[in-house]
Amino acid sequence: MAMEYLGLDEINGPLVALDGVEGAGYEEMVRLRTADGERLGRVIALEGSRAVVQVFSGTSGLSLDGVSTRFSGKPMELALAPEIVGRIFNGAGEPIDGLGSVYPEKFADVNGSAINPVSRAYPRNYIRTGISSIDTLITLIRGQKLPIFSGSGMSHNRLAAQIVRQARISEEEGANFGIVFCAMGVTKDVADYFRRSFEESGALNRVTMFVNLSSDPIIERILTPRCALTAAEYLAFEQNMHILVIMTDMTSYAEALRELSSSKGEIPGRKGYPGYLYSDFASLYERAGVIKGRGGSVTQIPILTMPNDDITHPIPDLTGYITEGQIVLDRYLDQQGIYPPISVLPSLSRLMKDGIGEGFTRADHADVANQLFASYAKVSDARGLASVIGEEELSASDKLYLSFGDRFEREFLGQGADTDRTIDQSLDLGWHLLSILPREELERLDEKLLDEHYGKH
Amino acid sequence: MNDVIYSVNGPVVTVRGTRSFSMMEMVYVGDAGLIGEVISVTNEKTTIQVYEDTTGVRVGEPVKGSGAPLSATLGPGIMQNIFDGIERPLADIAAQSGAFIATGVRASSLPVDKKWDVTVLVKVGDYVHGGDFIASCPETSIITHRSMVPPNLSGSVVWTAENGQYTVTDPICRIRLDDGREETLYLAQKWPIRMPRPVRGRHSIDRPLITGQRVIDTLFPIAKGGAAAVPGGFGTGKTMTQHQLAKWCDADIIVYVGCGERGNEMTQVLDEFSELEDPKSGKPMTERTVLIANTSNMPVAAREASIYTGITLAEYYRDMGYDVAMMADSTSRWAEALREISGRLEEMPAEEGFPAYLPSRLAAFYERAGCVDTLAGGEGSISVIGAVSPQGSDFSEPVTQNTKRFVRCFLALDKSLAYARHYPAINWTISYSEYYEDLDPYYEKNIGPDFCRLRGRMLGLLSEENKLMEIVKLIGSDVLPDSQKVTLEIARVIRVGFLQQNAFHKNDTYVPLEKQMWMMDAIMHLYDRAAALCEAGVPVSAMSAAGLFDRLIKVKYEIPNDRVQMFGDVEKELDRVCDELLAKQKAAAPQKE
Repeated sequence: MAMEYLGLDEINGPLVALDGVEGAGYEEMVRLRTADGERLGRVIALEGSRAVVQVFSGTSGLSLDGVSTRFSGKPMELALAPEIVGRIFNGAGEPIDGLGSVYPEKFADVNGSAINPVSRAYPRNYIRTGISSIDTLITLIRGQKLPIFSGSGMSHNRLAAQIVRQARISEEEGANFGIVFCAMGVTKDVADYFRRSFEESGALNRVTMFVNLSSDPIIERILTPRCALTAAEYLAFEQNMHILVIMTDMTSYAEALRELSSSKGEIPGRKGYPGYLYSDFASLYERAGVIKGRGGSVTQIPILTMPNDDITHPIPDLTGYITEGQIVLDRYLDQQGIYPPISVLPSLSRLMKDGIGEGFTRADHADVANQLFASYAKVSDARGLASVIGEEELSASDKLYLSFGDRFEREFLGQGADTDRTIDQSLDLGWHLLSILPREELERLDEKLLDEHYGKH
Repeated sequence: MNDVIYSVNGPVVTVRGTRSFSMMEMVYVGDAGLIGEVISVTNEKTTIQVYEDTTGVRVGEPVKGSGAPLSATLGPGIMQNIFDGIERPLADIAAQSGAFIATGVRASSLPVDKKWDVTVLVKVGDYVHGGDFIASCPETSIITHRSMVPPNLSGSVVWTAENGQYTVTDPICRIRLDDGREETLYLAQKWPIRMPRPVRGRHSIDRPLITGQRVIDTLFPIAKGGAAAVPGGFGTGKTMTQHQLAKWCDADIIVYVGCGERGNEMTQVLDEFSELEDPKSGKPMTERTVLIANTSNMPVAAREASIYTGITLAEYYRDMGYDVAMMADSTSRWAEALREISGRLEEMPAEEGFPAYLPSRLAAFYERAGCVDTLAGGEGSISVIGAVSPQGSDFSEPVTQNTKRFVRCFLALDKSLAYARHYPAINWTISYSEYYEDLDPYYEKNIGPDFCRLRGRMLGLLSEENKLMEIVKLIGSDVLPDSQKVTLEIARVIRVGFLQQNAFHKNDTYVPLEKQMWMMDAIMHLYDRAAALCEAGVPVSAMSAAGLFDRLIKVKYEIPNDRVQMFGDVEKELDRVCDELLAKQKAAAPQKE
């Protein structure tokens, strides 16, 4: 569409409106030319000849007359080529690493489309993170979306960097492993921290970064995960790579969405977030998966900071309903100096049951995990009781649970940022700790396993 | 004729100044022919919700009416299929557009080429009414499909086809209506999804939907023709519970609606069901199952429709005389779709942004469940089990509260049970079933006269434990008298040995009612013996040390479903241990005196 429209009719927050537009498509890309350059935008509502456009880099400096607008006739597309691996882009998918633009092999609509449920393959193989609590109790499966629920000031960034550093898939496929890193509204320091830690671990050449800093425009933030996931889908399903997507911070993303929604004058749902927050999240999270007959996979680790550590806040709540489990970080453990401070009881990996055990990890994995969960759940009962009647008064078995709990937290959870444990090491450590408890307390393990492992590690 | 799009806002499209559409009519939107439905008509504008992604749709593109409301095509080929929210087979969509769903795909709901082995059931001269069977064919190896006269037609048969091989588009018979017009009938018919299919009448509920899940069958039974809700926060096992019910419940037909849920979960259902065998027939579970998958990232308007499509398919099979169970996972996503569309229409919101008509829509949906006399003169039923995903795990939110008003069985899933990996995490203090009265005669007649009494005792013990646990939390269990410790121990046996059920264990994933009865009997027998021992002065610690309680907890894994007589041996064994303890106590007691 070569037609160019001169001038705007309304500017309101990040939105501009044009009257007298013909033939514009919903969600189509728009280029707005001003005296000092070009801005990108997207059509978000059409009514008669009026088109409402959201401007990605914000409307500051725009005037009603000084703009000429061109409709591209296509939705927002991302230039893709195998060479995007190792590059750094801004939130709208433009290179910002000074290495010039990507020579595109193809363009893809950043909105993506839903994977047909019949074309999905059920995720079955795991990704080893080298972190005992995750590998043993909340196993990450290829094609899964497993968020980290954290809070401001906790070590989620350190954990994400450690996962990137240590993540391995089985040897023969190792070469095809890649990371897509998507930063939404993070501070400059955090973005630098990640870049540095990728560099130090030598991972940088397999990382594709999409960075939207907290000072960047919010509209671009809404686009950032879409660009990152489009790149991930391309690498996974067309270049047959196993892609791990780290998305931080989903809370900033949701807030950007709320800001946009309120500037559009939409009816707010809970806590002012738009009513379609669930569908919007789903359009991102559901882009994880494995497709039948294609080589690669997209695995997501979205990170979100729970406002006020509240897990019932709409952002973690709706995320938890879409993702296949969650890794919850705990402030108390964090304050105890335990890293990673993973609170195992509310954490869960829904897909783990089919991706562990014989042939994947180890035959006793599921039972050990179950028993560790069950025993650790009893620890909190014993601690609750101890806080009321004092540790001295506890029964002998409750005392054993207390010491199991302390050692579990210090040794099993608190492995530190530099320890990379194999699955065997993690499971053996699990057995070692379970052996603190009397054998008859281990209800979830059968006699054969107990004979084989109890007290032997 | 010349109706064109005036505005686009997400899934909502309007057309200005036209009078050519009727309410609820299905329309094709834009050059791509996206499927939509008219949801409001005024002098000024017609509003349409579109069931596909509207990216790229332009103002000025045409909108064409179909002349009929959004309908489901009902005929052989539904079973074993997997559809999207508006009954398009996902496999056909995949064949046309690849692994990612494209827009504007037209796919016929039922396989048009497949020939069915048809037996014609009417002859020339018969007078047939709506709902009467005209032909039957084996749809799968366990389901016989009976094609019916559409409910609103009746007349005399003037021509029939021979028995033989026909597709869903081949004529089967022709009838002359009372007004003289002739109508050709096929194996398949269409029915508007938002309209309940008519029945002759409803009859009372008297049979349970047997699920093989102890906490449901025994404590909180669901009736055939009943409605149940399964609310729970994320990670509490809603979907797992729904899967277990879909796998094991004794309905003839399962309609499983994945409404706004995860894509990987639907794949799991597909994978697992094709590997599992139906316990009654030994055939793959998929042969009696139809899946409707509208995952959370598929268009929101189709999510709203998926529930209606599902219940319409269920009603169709009910009309053939089958017992149908429909699982809707999750009704909250459906309610959210209502809210989302309502927001786009700028309707005045009620509670938490949900539209004011949420309760009436929920009621209309759950009321389509029931035990009925079909038009054909048989009996059929639809049981609906709807998952609810309360925001923030808060059961006071509008969807949970309104659902509670329309269902009679409430299976509340509990986070703390799930954290302790107690599955199914159905909380026995806040769940309830109002079907006791209707179903007790069935249990007493078919399972055992003691069944309801045992259940009552068990519930009593659990609520007593609940009370005692409050004391234990404050001062520890050591200070309780032995009689109360026995209660706690037996309650633990009930919780771990009976209520907890392992979906991955071959002896435990499904448990027939008879075995449930035996288990209850054994537990209560142990309770009586333990209480008597306690009275005789045997300390609870001695009973625990003798393994009385733990023995019974492990029984659930040891006794296969087909060998319930082994419970007699277990009870004997427990009796023996009890006798020994008693003897030891008696031997020790005189010395003390």
